[in-house]
Amino acid sequence: MGNLQHHSRTTLRVNGKPHTLTVDHRRVLLDLLREDLGLTGAKKGCDHGQCGACTVLVDGRRVNSCLLFAVALDGCEVTTVEGLFGDGEEPHPLQRAFLERDAFQCGYCTPGQICSAAGVLAEAAAGHPSHVTDPVAPSGEPVPLDREEIRERLSGNLCRCGAYPRIAEAVEDVIP
Amino acid sequence: MTGSVGAPAERREGREKVSGTARYAAEFHSPGRAQAWPVPSRVARGRVTGVDTAAALAVPGVIAVLTHENAPRLAEPDDPTLALLQNARVPHRGWFVALVVAETLEAARAGAAAVRVTYDAEEHDVTLTASHPGVYVPEEANGGHPAVREQGDPDGAFGSSAARVDVAYRVPPLHNHPMEPHTSTARWEDGTLTVHTSSQGTGAVRAVLAGLFGLSRDRIVVTAEHVGGGFGSKGTPRPDVVLAAMAARETGRPVTVALPRRFLPAVVGHRAPTLHRLRLGAETDGRLVSLVHEVTTHTSRIKEFVEQAAVPARVMYAAPHTRTVHRVAALDVPSPSWMRAPGEAPGMYALESAMDELATELGIDPVELRVRNEPDVEPDSGRPFSSRHLVECLREGARRFGWTGRDPRPGVRRDGPLLLGTGVAAATYPVMVGPSTATARALPGGSFLVRINATDIGTGARTVLAQVGADALGVPLERIRIEVGSTELPSAPLAGGSSGTASWGWAVHDACAGLARRLAGHVGTLPGQGLEFRADTTGAADAESDFARHAFGAHFAEVAVDTVTGEVRVGRLLGVYAAGRILNARTARSQFVGGMTMGLGMALTEGSTMDAAFGDFTESDLASYHVPVHADVAGIEAHWLDEEDSRLNPMGSKGIGEIGIVGTAAAIGNAVHHATGVRLRELPLTPDRVLTGLLGRRT
Repeated sequence: MGNLQHHSRTTLRVNGKPHTLTVDHRRVLLDLLREDLGLTGAKKGCDHGQCGACTVLVDGRRVNSCLLFAVALDGCEVTTVEGLFGDGEEPHPLQRAFLERDAFQCGYCTPGQICSAAGVLAEAAAGHPSHVTDPVAPSGEPVPLDREEIRERLSGNLCRCGAYPRIAEAVEDVIP
Repeated sequence: MTGSVGAPAERREGREKVSGTARYAAEFHSPGRAQAWPVPSRVARGRVTGVDTAAALAVPGVIAVLTHENAPRLAEPDDPTLALLQNARVPHRGWFVALVVAETLEAARAGAAAVRVTYDAEEHDVTLTASHPGVYVPEEANGGHPAVREQGDPDGAFGSSAARVDVAYRVPPLHNHPMEPHTSTARWEDGTLTVHTSSQGTGAVRAVLAGLFGLSRDRIVVTAEHVGGGFGSKGTPRPDVVLAAMAARETGRPVTVALPRRFLPAVVGHRAPTLHRLRLGAETDGRLVSLVHEVTTHTSRIKEFVEQAAVPARVMYAAPHTRTVHRVAALDVPSPSWMRAPGEAPGMYALESAMDELATELGIDPVELRVRNEPDVEPDSGRPFSSRHLVECLREGARRFGWTGRDPRPGVRRDGPLLLGTGVAAATYPVMVGPSTATARALPGGSFLVRINATDIGTGARTVLAQVGADALGVPLERIRIEVGSTELPSAPLAGGSSGTASWGWAVHDACAGLARRLAGHVGTLPGQGLEFRADTTGAADAESDFARHAFGAHFAEVAVDTVTGEVRVGRLLGVYAAGRILNARTARSQFVGGMTMGLGMALTEGSTMDAAFGDFTESDLASYHVPVHADVAGIEAHWLDEEDSRLNPMGSKGIGEIGIVGTAAAIGNAVHHATGVRLRELPLTPDRVLTGLLGRRT
């Protein structure tokens, strides 16, 4: 079995649960989630980091899971859209806002949009600037998320159904 | 009536979509499922002379390599793009010449990279020009429209017109690119084929598979529970479903074929490029005397598809002398097909841009010019309109947008480096409807089950059909359960041509109304299995109408053009529609806004190029083919008129899925002219073109 050297045992915590798998070194996080763990909430739209449909959170930061080799994430904490929803009946505030605003149509980009928005909220709270943040804003202070900031920061998440205005409103709804 | 129709009911599948539990075609895991990866042709024209699969088969995990030499033989399909791996011929670059089936995605991809294909390549020709020697006039354009229509003496009348516009426009090839790539999972068991596919209509998929594999339809089940968008490109079966069924039969395993994004442009259809020549001749008061719209487009060597871009000119304006012509050249290009509002989207871009040029030429307000050319009957057919409220859309849009008092002078509004402008364009889309069946069953618990093989591609079909059913039964919406998206359900047409809700809704209405009558006559408790009524709208939905039936709309755009970078930003986009009765205010708004967003892309960012040397689309993925992103979309508003039309269907609805894209690009282009004084006649309006235009203005 010459190909065994192309696999490694890798442990990831996904939505709070540890998973130890023997992972093909070529396997990206997206395929691990979808194929090995059956977590198909993260979607494959392009497989090249161009569309954002595969966005999940790794150690609290949003990533394109199609661009990360799973074997390189040993010990990482991964949160997917299924994890945001939680065990209970109550959806995450972003999920509820997306429902209330009709911020989707076909739904294929939606898990990525929601995970990306969760990342945006955390980044802004942590003071990460974006391309449209006022350059003289105090460094490290939370960045207020106005409509323009939301649109800029979510621009890596494509939606071909054109739900953009409703998505921006939904994100605005959950800004603390 | 309980008043469900028209209410902004929440999407029934919404919770599944936001929680990640909604399942799409690749997400039906079953034990032993294999993955497949196609190998596209590297030449644009020629023959495959050999396929060396040894290296691919040696890749660990590879199960099989299908080629034209060993793939299952298929019956000849009506659609030649589905004759996959049947012979050595390569009709265009990107045509699939092999399929690798493997245990994992990684092995399938590595296997595909290891397949060695040799070709006998021939000279190819992929470049469309209006004077291409291969250009011919087809019998008809897409949709069964005659290729040519002529009334009066358009050339003579044009020559003697007081005001004349004679202009050419070009719309490049465009790609649908739904967010979910074309994907199918197939499984054979005891001679029965089960398929999960990403399609706008599973009925057609089943019919085609039955023909290709020589199976009776009752041995095939096709489901499309959730579909990640289609925009026309999933209207009929595409290669993924045929390849998945072939591979599953050949390997005895369930197989998923998820087409890689960059393979899509070559194999799922595209909007063909259209070269337009418009001649508008008018009196000094703006009334059209002559209207000539001539379109040249391309199709592939294996399939004639002619984008019916001159057809809207047969609907829009009163002119005594008209000619509309479609011409096409068959080139070594991928087969074009439906993309959202085929015909209307590129055709109305050209016609509505030319109308704006005429307005400028005459010094007449562009809203007013359109009002003055409002016809009494459909110009080409002479049939009365079932309803037409274009003028009301223009007036209402002008009021909402703040159009009144607009300074018509181009290129005079500055804000620092920005030039500001506004533009308007009209929109139209035909009313289409097809026969459908549906059942409605009253269950002993007090709920109702509506079953119909409709497909929800993101339109909210489940929701709106439940609303239609609730009102026909006279019960609250919560008591309606609905099943869609499977050939196990009563047969129904596809989600396409903005006809889905009209077609399905008619059958659901009839089934529920029939059930209500049956229940009214029923005495005592319901039997255990409930009471059912089946409706079939054949003969009614497909009956010829004495009326011309179209939806209309008006689009208004406000743009800022950066004179330093050439970037066009759309600050506001506003649409007003007259599309019959709106059945769900929430999902309808999303569809209108979605169409306008795609129109914004058509205007500013989307454009594909046929590379003359390689014979392939240069912009084949989402990094090079730019669909609009969040930052491109500032304010988009959609409004509608309460339009009553009793000559449509029991709901009084017209289709709404496509009209949003139709006038948007022209409105934006007209606004760019108003901002800059530069008339750009080739889409998209990218910074390089805008800057070149601005430079020309200065010299």
